[in-house]
Amino acid sequence: MSSLRNIGYIVQKEWRQYFASPIAYVSLCAWTLLFGVFYSLILNWFVTLSMRPSQYGPVNLSLNEMLFGQVLRQMAVVALFIMPMVTMRLFAEEKRQGTIELLATSPITDLEIVLGKFLAALGLYAVMIVSGFLNFTLVWGWATNKPEWKPLVTGALALLLLGACFVALGLFVSSLTRNQIVAGVLTFCLFLSLWAIGWLDSPMAGKFTKAVSYVGLTNHLEDLIKGVISLKDIVYYLSVIVFGLFLTHQSVESHRWRA
Amino acid sequence: MIEVENLTKRYGRTTAVDGISFKVEKGEILGFLGPNGAGKTTTMRVLTCYLPPTNGTVRVAGYDVFDKPIEVKRRVGYIPETPPLYPDMEVTTYLDFVAKIKGVPRKERTSRIADAIAKTRVGDVQRTLIGRLSKGYRQRVGLAAAILHNPDVLILDEPTAGLDPKQIIETRELIKNLGGDHTVVLSTHILPEVSMTCGRVLIINKGRVVAEGTPESLTHRLQGAAIVQIELRGERDAAVELARSIPGVKEVQARSGEAGALLLEVEADAARDVREELARAIVQKGFGLLSLRRAGLSLEDIFLHLTTTDADAPSEKTEVPA
Ligand SMILES: Nc1ncnc2c1ncn2[C@@H]1O[C@H](COP(=O)(O)OP(=O)(O)O)[C@@H](O)[C@H]1O
Ligand SMILES: [Mg+2]
Repeated sequence: MSSLRNIGYIVQKEWRQYFASPIAYVSLCAWTLLFGVFYSLILNWFVTLSMRPSQYGPVNLSLNEMLFGQVLRQMAVVALFIMPMVTMRLFAEEKRQGTIELLATSPITDLEIVLGKFLAALGLYAVMIVSGFLNFTLVWGWATNKPEWKPLVTGALALLLLGACFVALGLFVSSLTRNQIVAGVLTFCLFLSLWAIGWLDSPMAGKFTKAVSYVGLTNHLEDLIKGVISLKDIVYYLSVIVFGLFLTHQSVESHRWRA
Repeated sequence: MIEVENLTKRYGRTTAVDGISFKVEKGEILGFLGPNGAGKTTTMRVLTCYLPPTNGTVRVAGYDVFDKPIEVKRRVGYIPETPPLYPDMEVTTYLDFVAKIKGVPRKERTSRIADAIAKTRVGDVQRTLIGRLSKGYRQRVGLAAAILHNPDVLILDEPTAGLDPKQIIETRELIKNLGGDHTVVLSTHILPEVSMTCGRVLIINKGRVVAEGTPESLTHRLQGAAIVQIELRGERDAAVELARSIPGVKEVQARSGEAGALLLEVEADAARDVREELARAIVQKGFGLLSLRRAGLSLEDIFLHLTTTDADAPSEKTEVPA
């Protein structure tokens, strides 16, 4: 009970600091802008495609797959670029300012601090997702065959899980240094590599390559974006999140180990 | 209130604190005095549960810092060397956050914050961003944050470092007023500080306690030697040579005084008054004797005695700002 309260205090404080600095505004604006850009480009392409007279009669393209799905895939990559900015400050700046000493000598646990920061960053990201998804509601009015809502929900879940992985890993990197720029750059490199590993996956890939590519963060989005919840993907994302938080907790706590 | 037994703290190979033991009673103001790198900050970090001890036991308000850190943290207020402030927050916002994580109950929060603001006199700046505050105000905001949850024990690491003289005096007053309600441990490498604020002093050097007592008792204890200060005119080396030749004189230091005069500091056995003999010898050898008086050992002298590893005191004493 008091644990939840402490986590809440940390979330509150982080949000206050997000909005006292340009970080929250820049990431929200960049995300929403890019969401809008991708959305209108893909919508344009979609409209052109569906208007093109076909020799096989009128085409019936799926809004879910050809529009929303495409946009979500692009936004996963945008998240990869934006999230380092959201997480880099979280521990590095506390260390640089010495405020980590305030947190560490207050009657709250390291776990509460880590979870508070995690939820604060994830909350900001959730706001980003919601503001992006508002774009989709525009289509509802005009679409002749209405899109399904289920792939949209699982798509949002996919983005959220991916973002949570980014936050957990970014938080860990931030806890390793007292320089937030270093944390940001390292986080970005980490995300890029985890993304690039996913490219190894191809129909021709061997067993080993397939196994390695399993680590690729974006590879587990596909089914969710199509509206299929598979246990494998959920377990994958949850384990990355827990692993990231575990590492962060160890790193924050490590200065208190008896040498 | 605080019991430290045989505390040792190592960072890898370096031993920062080496078997320190001491106790602090309720309501006492204890000063840690020691040169830079003596291990003051490290000791305080162990007391506040920021760092675990490598060896030894530390109990604060009856709780072991390693086994019951949360209980200890509830009862300790701490300001590190640089106050841990968020520059992007207003003073009241900051204090509100600190009150929350220190576990001040919701109902008491507003009154406790107002109380801390009043005690540390930061009312003028309570709506200012901390990043815009002067060093003195920052120190006070740090102090306000440390006393918010009304801790039994206050730990202040160099609370007056970097302040201007007026702020130093104010801070000392503040600390004195806090003693009584709170048990206070403060560290400093500035000597007059401890004799002005602390009831008891612990002199630390290289991770060990080298002396302990009230500022007065320390002065007394070390008065096995007496100092005679002489102001005279004449050639430096010859004057030093002469003073050294007087029986009972242990050591002589010379420095130049005002208007070409020479200042001699003669350390002699306390049992023996060497003033007459000195005066006679100086006059006989044709030096111009301007003044001669006996000075007690100041805390500064004791400090230098205890923390200088060479048996011989340095020839040029550094002036310690008062
Ligand atoms: N985090 C650390 N890692 C390694 N050595 C340290 C660390 N902190 C302090 N030390 C060393 O421990 C000794 C005591 O330092 P400190 O407690 O800060 O002294 P003081 O506060 O009295 O100036 C110094 O020699 C310092 O170099
Ligand atoms: Mg120090």
